[in-house]
Amino acid sequence: MFDLRRLWGGKRGSREQAKERLQLILIHDRSSLSPELLDLIKQRILSVLNEFVEIDEQGLAIDLEQTEETSALITNIPIKAVRRNVRA
Amino acid sequence: MGKAIVITSGKGGVGKTTTTANIGAGLAALGQQVALIDADIGLRNLDLFMGLENRVVYHLVDVVEGRASWKKAIIRDKRFENLVLLPSAQVRDKDSVTPEQMKELVTEMKQEFDFVLVDCPAGIERGFKNAIAGADQALMVVNPEVSSVRDADRVIGLLEADGISDIKLIVNRLRPSMVKRGEMLAIKDIVDLLAVKLIGVVPEDEGIVISSNRGEPIALTQSAKAGLAFQNISRRLLGEEVPFVEWHDNDTFFGRLKKLFGME
Repeated sequence: MFDLRRLWGGKRGSREQAKERLQLILIHDRSSLSPELLDLIKQRILSVLNEFVEIDEQGLAIDLEQTEETSALITNIPIKAVRRNVRA
Repeated sequence: MGKAIVITSGKGGVGKTTTTANIGAGLAALGQQVALIDADIGLRNLDLFMGLENRVVYHLVDVVEGRASWKKAIIRDKRFENLVLLPSAQVRDKDSVTPEQMKELVTEMKQEFDFVLVDCPAGIERGFKNAIAGADQALMVVNPEVSSVRDADRVIGLLEADGISDIKLIVNRLRPSMVKRGEMLAIKDIVDLLAVKLIGVVPEDEGIVISSNRGEPIALTQSAKAGLAFQNISRRLLGEEVPFVEWHDNDTFFGRLKKLFGME
């Protein structure tokens, strides 16, 4: 039907809004990692690092930080000691 | 050997069961041997849409637990002898079936039918995993509405992670007059957002309510808009090139005017 609001340059149709919101939501949804996957990543990091250093496994934290433009894995790995028998 | 297709959506209430019933009837009308499986354990409904609710004796859980063979449990359709339904159970324990058991059942049924259509429950839990277990292909039912599109995107990701890459999109309950006014997501928007190939567009049609009241799939009604849409999807599933219909409703001012003057 004839929409006067649009003729006077008022509100846009909600279709455009829906599309723009979905574009952002889907980018965000697609880049997020499940807790299971984060856990798996944590285990793999641990097993690699364990060859070289002794790690405080309880203190290890890994998180996904997301802004509108970027995603980053932020991790804090407390080291107890460096293994002496490791050769470079 | 036939093809197993799961009809899924993530979100509830978008028309999965209606779609399953209608594509089943559509394919059967085209002479295919078709089996429908209602995988929504606990909430049985596909039998109602087919008008077969009074004939349910055995169900999916009976088959999986060995109380009846699938051949004994299936109900033959009233209209087509080449269309059968394996109804769902109304047991409360949704975990009574495993994906492995479903896969085995679907694989077995594929030997005897051209199409095995599995009606998936809403959600992405166990019921979803069961429903997709034996599928070769998926039909995603989506409504032109933000939450439905978002959920569909999630489900597409899960299907791909499970190795199902043949995914096609059905946009259901489109209201052309709203799209025209710029107040509803258009087909192109949804296809662009989800990046999945379109196999059908079904316009909103009150005939759907009437057909479910009667237990008669609308795909059998030539004159209904939604019926024609489902018939077209069925034909496309058989590999036929069917052009997409431009839907219009009559509830616009000019539509009503045209109708008044017999121009439509």
